[in-house]
Amino acid sequence: MGMIDIQNIHFAYANGPPIFDDFSWRIARGDAWAVIGPSGCGKTSLLYLLAGLYIPQKGQIQIENKPVTAPRPRSGLVLQDHGLLPWATVYQNARLGLTVRGFYGSDGRHAPIDEELTMPEADQRVQYWLEKLSIQQLRSQYPSQLSRGQRQRTAIARTLAMQPDLLMLDEPFSALDAPTRQDLQKLILNLGEDGKLTIIIVTHDIEVAVTMGRRILALNLNGNRHARIIENSDA
Amino acid sequence: MRPQINVRSALLGILMFTAIWQVLAWVVRQPILPGPLVVVPIFFQSIFGVLGIHFLASTARVVAAILIAVLAAVPIGLILGQMPKLDRIMAPLIAITYPIPKIVLLPVIYIFMGITDISKIFLIALIIFFQILVVVRDEAANLHPELILSVRSLGAGRRALFRYVYLPASLPAVVTALRLSVGTAIAVLFIAEQSLTSYGLGYYIVVETYQVLQYPQMYAGILAMSLLGLLLYFCISSLESRLCKYQKG
Repeated sequence: MGMIDIQNIHFAYANGPPIFDDFSWRIARGDAWAVIGPSGCGKTSLLYLLAGLYIPQKGQIQIENKPVTAPRPRSGLVLQDHGLLPWATVYQNARLGLTVRGFYGSDGRHAPIDEELTMPEADQRVQYWLEKLSIQQLRSQYPSQLSRGQRQRTAIARTLAMQPDLLMLDEPFSALDAPTRQDLQKLILNLGEDGKLTIIIVTHDIEVAVTMGRRILALNLNGNRHARIIENSDA
Repeated sequence: MRPQINVRSALLGILMFTAIWQVLAWVVRQPILPGPLVVVPIFFQSIFGVLGIHFLASTARVVAAILIAVLAAVPIGLILGQMPKLDRIMAPLIAITYPIPKIVLLPVIYIFMGITDISKIFLIALIIFFQILVVVRDEAANLHPELILSVRSLGAGRRALFRYVYLPASLPAVVTALRLSVGTAIAVLFIAEQSLTSYGLGYYIVVETYQVLQYPQMYAGILAMSLLGLLLYFCISSLESRLCKYQKG
């Protein structure tokens, strides 16, 4: 994946002040970024914009020199509240992304054009990630029966089963106990080690930002025209 | 709260009901209230004959009405739930028409559609339609926006959202609405079957038995109609339990 290029975007919610006013940001392939800032500064909105779920009112976001106008097949987003289907089991939830791809076929819009998975291959991939995230024994449970950490891991398994080249996580470690948090942090850092996966983590926790982000973007409440970038090469 | 009913409690209920009925029959001691010892043998004799045909006719009408109502109301409810602007336009009309007891439209339906099976089924379907429309619309509209965004981020467009989110999200509400309206549906069926038809439990109870003072046979017909209601309620209730098991976290 080439660079992510956010060019002079302006974004505001209806009747609200601008969250992003002439904001620009560049992300190189394989980078690991942490995004921090006070509540309401636009951290989650930034992820939605990168994921193609929101469109800026002015300016443009490009990924691999293509404008982002809709969710991109190789972008993976894990939201703070996980977005799991309450009526589906852990296995069905983890498979959902691949199920949706199968629903549309490899059309390049809803699913990558260069990926055609058979059902057994898709099942294998999901099984792999359930085991890697130590939740395979929960495959028949429903989200209401899981702890927050288990729901978090199910959502991550769902995204990783789709083999994204851009992984975006919104507060992935909040309300997790320390051992679970460390395991997840290690897993995500390992994923990014080969330089093929670009990672962006939104967090309010400075410690998480310093641990996970080789570079840190500090947003503010003033439209983020001049957001600070902090190099953190020790991460 | 949904009353808990399983096979065991249903049998117990039937036993208690039968006992009370028999006691009342002994107290009243009139031909207008025969006891279960008289009616039940007549029921079992005729359910495999004439009564059975009327039972099947009524069952077919009410099941057809349920299917039509569900197939019409679910897509419309989902569309209204997903499109707030359209919902805002339609909401006043739905709010006004929803509380109208649809049974009062029976003469109008008969005028336009004739006194046929279709018009009877249409009336029952209309009643169930409104119940389902409102719950499906509300369920679709109240889905957490973050859930929708999350599934959209997986590449889901409108069709996939409909198939994997909106439809499964609304199914439990549909089944609950059905469970709550099955009693009314049977009641309306009873009334509708009293006019210009030769088949159906309503016809059997009122025209073929009550009007010729065949009271034991009339009670057998009432038993059959009660059984129809009970069976429908049971089926819908167990479907509801299956669809809602994810909620018992």
